[in-house]
Amino acid sequence: MSTMTDPPKADFRLSMLINDTRYRSLTFQVIAAIVIALSIWYLGNNLIQNLRAAGLNISYSFLGDPSGYDINQRLIEYDSQASHGRAAVVGILNTLLVAFLACITATLFGVIAGVLRLSNNWLISKLMAFYVEIFRNIPVLIWILIIFFIITASMPAPRAYLGEDAERGMTLGLFAFTNRGIYVPFPYFTGGFGGIANWLLVIAVLVASYFSTRVVNKNAQLKQEKTGIRPNTLLLNAAIWLVPLIVVLFLLGLSWDLPDPLANRFNLRGGLQIGAPLIALWFALSIYTGAFIAENVRAGIQAISKGQTEAAAALGLRQGRIMNLVILPQALRVIIPPLISQYLNITKNSSLAIAVGYADITATLGGITLNQTGRAIECVLLLMLFYLTASLLISMVMNIYNASVKLKER
Amino acid sequence: MADQTTNPIAFVAEGTIPPSPPPANEVGVVKWMRENLFSGVGNTILTVISLILIYLVLKNTLPWILNGVWNANSLAECREILAGKTGACFAVLTERWPQLIYGFKYPTDAYWRPNLAFVLMLVAIAPVLFFDLPRKLLIITALYPFVAFWLIWGGTILVPLVALIGCVAAGFVFQKLGKNSFAAGFFGAIIAALVVWNLGGALIPEGASENAVLSPVPSRDLGGFMLNMMLGVTCVSLSVPLGIALALGRQSDMPLIKWVCVIFIEFIRGVPLITLLFVASVMLSYFFPPDSTVDLFLRVVIMITMFSAAYIAEVIRGGLAALPRGQYEAADSLGLDYPQAMRLIILPQALKISIPGIVNVAVGLFKDTTLVSVISMFDLVGMIRGPILASTEWQGIYWELFGFAALLFFVVCYGISQYSQWLERRLATDHR
Repeated sequence: MSTMTDPPKADFRLSMLINDTRYRSLTFQVIAAIVIALSIWYLGNNLIQNLRAAGLNISYSFLGDPSGYDINQRLIEYDSQASHGRAAVVGILNTLLVAFLACITATLFGVIAGVLRLSNNWLISKLMAFYVEIFRNIPVLIWILIIFFIITASMPAPRAYLGEDAERGMTLGLFAFTNRGIYVPFPYFTGGFGGIANWLLVIAVLVASYFSTRVVNKNAQLKQEKTGIRPNTLLLNAAIWLVPLIVVLFLLGLSWDLPDPLANRFNLRGGLQIGAPLIALWFALSIYTGAFIAENVRAGIQAISKGQTEAAAALGLRQGRIMNLVILPQALRVIIPPLISQYLNITKNSSLAIAVGYADITATLGGITLNQTGRAIECVLLLMLFYLTASLLISMVMNIYNASVKLKER
Repeated sequence: MADQTTNPIAFVAEGTIPPSPPPANEVGVVKWMRENLFSGVGNTILTVISLILIYLVLKNTLPWILNGVWNANSLAECREILAGKTGACFAVLTERWPQLIYGFKYPTDAYWRPNLAFVLMLVAIAPVLFFDLPRKLLIITALYPFVAFWLIWGGTILVPLVALIGCVAAGFVFQKLGKNSFAAGFFGAIIAALVVWNLGGALIPEGASENAVLSPVPSRDLGGFMLNMMLGVTCVSLSVPLGIALALGRQSDMPLIKWVCVIFIEFIRGVPLITLLFVASVMLSYFFPPDSTVDLFLRVVIMITMFSAAYIAEVIRGGLAALPRGQYEAADSLGLDYPQAMRLIILPQALKISIPGIVNVAVGLFKDTTLVSVISMFDLVGMIRGPILASTEWQGIYWELFGFAALLFFVVCYGISQYSQWLERRLATDHR
């Protein structure tokens, strides 16, 4: 009878560090750690020496200093006496604004173009293919600049709208399209609690309406399941949406701030000015990213097997309902992951605002503030920190949504 | 019954009636149009709307293009020639052609050098793109970077020569040592290259570039579309190997290496390229030794390479994840070690899967090279926005210039994506 004996225990030799799989990964990691530590030390040392030579230090106190520059397009109060920190906040809000707007319109363009590209109308599908290829293959920076120059070069100056006998009348008496941007009426409240509280109240009413309609629809669904007859909820829903809103707006004293051609001899006053840079950036980003989203949508729809369409048709559904009820809900699962990365791309590409002078975070913190204070390292680090946080947040939110539409497997 | 044959009944047909032609609206163009353009009310409306749109676009652009003026010295002269008619002023392209292509500082008598480098690039890139070409051509590809560097930057030939010798030495050492252990070969090759470069660098005499055959051109004089091409080609070819390394690192069992790669990739993918270019232009120089001057072109190449390497790493990670587990196990059971398994089994398959993704990243990267205009490098877009639109002759001319830039980029990017589709069909080995 033979007994299993351990192999003779070999003495540790130095070559085992490289040749023995038990130690090898440890060796490599130690080497890597040393290399990384050395390079960090080398870079850090260079940084310290360079900073000392230039008489600089790392400090964020410049964020409290007055900025000294003005920003036209802003969502919060700001003037040139405000601090660099506040300028950065204005920039952050502007970035979020244009990213939010562009995400919505890009999705719209993308879904329409993607669905139409699969249309059995030859001309339409070719036109959409043309749109996708043209916009995907030309840099977005060129698109932003082209659209910006179209606005600034082909629209009239605000002066054309001024005076009693202006060269141009305002469209519907409400809108003025100028080379500085579009002037639109802007609502404000004469009564109520003043400031942002009024807007919060309006939003609260809208949210309440939304949940009320959900209750109504759920009841209708229950009734339909019980009796087979669905009560008509259209009027009720419309009432729930409109009546409280109108009442609240009336109570708060809603009125409109109109662009006024007579207030001033040099420029239009009043109304909300949507600046040309914002329009150019918004439109270019949405139409460019829309082309990518169109491809994702097309791929998603094509990934659904033809049997689904045929089964739905066999149930007697019409063409539009097949798309809405059967194909799109399934295709969404394929479309959403690439859609998330397109939204991330929009957020990151919005940094190109600096090319047309839209005051986003890159243009304020990374542009003017950086040039005025010379705090390159601090500004660029803050800038990267903001974009990293934004990217991570967006992908987190969208991943949660993605998980909620995922196939439920038990 | 018998007389039926001799005395045919009047109502029985004698032969078959020849098929009558299908109705006019069921054949040819009409049928095609009925099926593809006017198959329903909705489709008809869509067709009509798009026809009107196409007509409007053509009505406005065709005269503009056809009446184009190709010879003039300024926008005012252009308008004089046109005399009120609509028409483009393409003269800006012919007059500023060298600026658009080479930038405004590249020496005029040296334009043949980038041209030659471009032609050689086509030759060098051909064996990489098309596998049917003889493999010997890869020697040209290997030599190309050094030749192109010498042609474009000029100066003494010793610099690219020393770089080449260093690479050859590295390859030689790798062949010798790499047979037994990949790691030994790898580190040996790096050391060999560093030794040769340092020795060679010390041997190059000071001021050798002054009276060289090709006059030296500093990096800041590069510009125009040439700069876009150079950045695109350099960064793509550098970022593919780096991306492979990062992807393998991210898959590694070693926690330290894995986390370094993960953090690097996620960090780079989370920030826009512009911020990285800011790093290149205002921040990176703080991290180099105090007395060194690393020029802007190199700093930009470093940052763009890191940027696209992170994206390529994610694409390749997808390819690696798509391989069945059995491939890894088969390689292990054959007794291959990690470098061998990767080189012979895993990477060839994973890279094949990732080719379309890598090409997408490459196209995106090439488009992104226009962003360098933001940090005041004069690439094609930078040239248009800066010197040309600011000049008194051509102020206010947008469509022609940006249309030209758009066309150039479209041709290159569309070409690359068509190649990628062709390659995908070519590499498809599954039978469907």
